Amino acid sequence: MQYKVLIVDDSKLARMVMASAFRRIRPEWTLVETANADEALVAVSEGMVDIALIDFNMPGIDGLELVANIRTSHPNMPLAVVSANVQNEIVGRARELNAGFIPKPLTDEGLAAFLSGAALRLKKLAT
Amino acid sequence: MTIEAGELTEIEQDALAEIANMGVSRAASSLRQMVGKEVLLSVPSVKIVTREAASKLVERENAKKLVAVQQSFEGPFAGKALLIFPEAQSLELVRSIVGDQHTLEDVIDLEQEALAETGNIILNGCLATIANVLNRTMRMSLPSIVRGDGAVLFEVQEPASREQFVLFLYIDFNIKTRDVHGFIALLMDLPSIAALKAIVNDFISTIEKQPSGHVG
Repeated sequence: MQYKVLIVDDSKLARMVMASAFRRIRPEWTLVETANADEALVAVSEGMVDIALIDFNMPGIDGLELVANIRTSHPNMPLAVVSANVQNEIVGRARELNAGFIPKPLTDEGLAAFLSGAALRLKKLAT
Repeated sequence: MTIEAGELTEIEQDALAEIANMGVSRAASSLRQMVGKEVLLSVPSVKIVTREAASKLVERENAKKLVAVQQSFEGPFAGKALLIFPEAQSLELVRSIVGDQHTLEDVIDLEQEALAETGNIILNGCLATIANVLNRTMRMSLPSIVRGDGAVLFEVQEPASREQFVLFLYIDFNIKTRDVHGFIALLMDLPSIAALKAIVNDFISTIEKQPSGHVG
């Protein structure tokens, strides 16, 4: 199964790093990139997204607020907060919103583990 | 990310802000472990400014009396990393690390040592993350404590030095429920910026090409 993955990060470099990891781990999946929460919400509402990976520290709406927002309309969408800010409060808030947490600097292992779980979850929901 | 253009291209500025953000975010996570309270961070800024302008930026909302823990770093590029906060809050920071049960006298006794140790953990965490991301080794000096205004911290003594352009990366932090706020700043001289640009570009082209293995 191929999924559409939304990458939200204000840094182009961070999006490049993420896209590069996808080329190795899940080359067949489709990526949609946005640089802020507003664009991300548009992409989600247009049905372009199965899974979203969201940076925490962004200008304007931060990653956790964006996750909370998406959760209200998409209770089952696999979501992850991606950040080097590994403070208990940030990881804890992601968990409360039923979202994963992927630490930066990004590793293939960290991303692959989340994506495997996400794919399983989506498969289960489809059956 | 706030950016003012200098000699850096857009993607270079982006890369520096992102790499600094990772370093500072990791460092803030270490500080959180020490104080037991959430540390709130701003979005990072990357600017190429004169030393004098950088010194004014740290004084912005703060009292002029600042205290900083600083460490120099050397490697493929060199500069200084600083943890800066208003001097009036220095004891409060120490108290939030050692605990509220200590007397004021104890806290004053511990101040120098506690600041150096805190700075050491935070700044090392920040620089180690940056070095690892860029796959380079950096040597760090021991921490030292500096007190004074922005000009003292950034060594703005003479007109020549004042006009000197530096790469200035900074992020504000606040310790939640404590009256402690400050900056983590990185300052690099222009000759280092050229070396840093080369390394950052190397890193960017690695991401674009790399078919397997690890990036960032």
